[in-house]
Amino acid sequence: MSDLTREETEALIQEVLEVYPENAKKDRAKHLTVNDQEVEQSKKCITSNRKSLPGVMTIRGCAYAGSKGVVWGPIKDMIHISHGPGGCGQYSRAGRRNYYVGTTGINTFGTMNFTSDFQEKDIVFGGDKKLSKIMTEIEQLFPLNKGITVQSECPIGLIGDDIEAVSKKTSAEIEKPVVPVRCEGFRGVSQSLGHHIANDAVRDWVLHNRDGDTSFEATDYDVTIIGDYNIGGDAWSSRTLLEEMGLRVIAQWSGDGTLAEMENTPKAKLNLLHCYRSMNYISRHMEEKYGIPWMEYNFFGPTKIEESLRKIAAFFDETIQANTEKVIEKYKLEYEAVIVKYRPRLEGKRVMLYVGGLRPRHIIGAYEDLGMEVVGTGYEFAHNDDYDRTIKEMGNATLIYDDVTGYEFEEFVKKVKPDLIGSGIKEKYIFQKMGIPFRQMHSWDYSGPYHGYDGFAIFARDMDMTLNNPCWNKIQAPWLKGEEEAEAAAAGA
Amino acid sequence: MPNVMIRVKDNGALLFYIAKKDQEDEIAKVEKDSETEWGGEVELTDGSRYYIDPISPPPSFPTTLRFKRAN
Repeated sequence: MSDLTREETEALIQEVLEVYPENAKKDRAKHLTVNDQEVEQSKKCITSNRKSLPGVMTIRGCAYAGSKGVVWGPIKDMIHISHGPGGCGQYSRAGRRNYYVGTTGINTFGTMNFTSDFQEKDIVFGGDKKLSKIMTEIEQLFPLNKGITVQSECPIGLIGDDIEAVSKKTSAEIEKPVVPVRCEGFRGVSQSLGHHIANDAVRDWVLHNRDGDTSFEATDYDVTIIGDYNIGGDAWSSRTLLEEMGLRVIAQWSGDGTLAEMENTPKAKLNLLHCYRSMNYISRHMEEKYGIPWMEYNFFGPTKIEESLRKIAAFFDETIQANTEKVIEKYKLEYEAVIVKYRPRLEGKRVMLYVGGLRPRHIIGAYEDLGMEVVGTGYEFAHNDDYDRTIKEMGNATLIYDDVTGYEFEEFVKKVKPDLIGSGIKEKYIFQKMGIPFRQMHSWDYSGPYHGYDGFAIFARDMDMTLNNPCWNKIQAPWLKGEEEAEAAAAGA
Repeated sequence: MPNVMIRVKDNGALLFYIAKKDQEDEIAKVEKDSETEWGGEVELTDGSRYYIDPISPPPSFPTTLRFKRAN
């Protein structure tokens, strides 16, 4: 349980809102709430997926970030052109650590930046010719690419270029799929719409490509990993577990994924959905069109992994179910050793999270396995269905904040005084300077993987390493410390 | 007139999903649910009501249908 009571937390929210002008206060109040597990529907207590207020600091991205950065970017054997001025592509290049196997620049292109680098004349006269030329050049320079996607940046939508026509024409010329994605940054309120647009582009341009093709030999145990972006190798540590169960993973969406895998996905027996927010659209579509069931799973922390493995096994026959029990048994020794080692060092510590996608609710289980407690959580770009799922995971009277502003987050931290914060790089140094241990939870602070049993060991080590780092009691300069302490230090020396 | 995706939930209930509104609710009551037709007025667990002309024969779920708001 949180140290703050429900009333205290409510008072805290009111206090933080106090500085805003009347209208802003009214708007922001809807995005902050105290968790109540009794509530069935989040829309009764929290508003989400609304435009951020002008004048406050938001941590959100744009539709282009959602499409190029998240969904399409990790598809390793396709070339993703950032169509528009150069910055968007450059600053989103390789930052997310979507690991993949392959030789970059030869048969995989994950960390490279392809851009049409718009200049003034392209805005004035249109960029279609340039796009067409770029794609021909790409085909000459990188003949092993399996296809091209055109990720539009803002100006493309503003000047009304017909990227669909260019894509169709080029696709016929180079005899490879060319996918136009209308993910201009100004669409929607956050990267979330970019995910949706990217999913729709997969649906319209990729998914049905091999519908009549029977050369792929399907088995009864084919599953896919959907919505795992292989950050620090996450999808790999998930995949090994599924394979040990006796399942065959035929596609990874989209971390370490390929175009062929995406095209073969409709031949799977079950779609396993990790990041619900970014890939639920395509899963729902496949269920409707191809009759493939999908389920959400959670591979953070042994308790949730065990639950998820059993739930996955229930879709298959008894051999798989028996194997699953063996897998759980096999890793029991490993993860129990991890808990024995780290739990005493982390027990009772309080954590505040503010990330995106699935993490604000999925990681809670992993912290609880280590005896820690999540006292506040929030999403950058979640929708109501995410909060529906979060309410059950969080303790009563804990804080929930949607699209929290820089100011609010800082104030909450000052009052709640958590022992650890998990958020993004923009928050990292603010909180570290405040003397609070911090993990950058977007790409696991350059560590990882955190999924699966192997990932849990790394997760526990990282949390311990951060929380119990001796630097935290050196934050205050020695001459600013109280006299008593100085005397005590002198006596000790 | 929202486009609604209806799928069967794990517990056997029908899930009423409006993508545009991110609304996921179970269907509590359907006016006409027989072997020959499905539809009419649909009531959700949150109390809101929608209408669709009865479909015959009943559709197989999951499917996307176009509903009207009932008043």
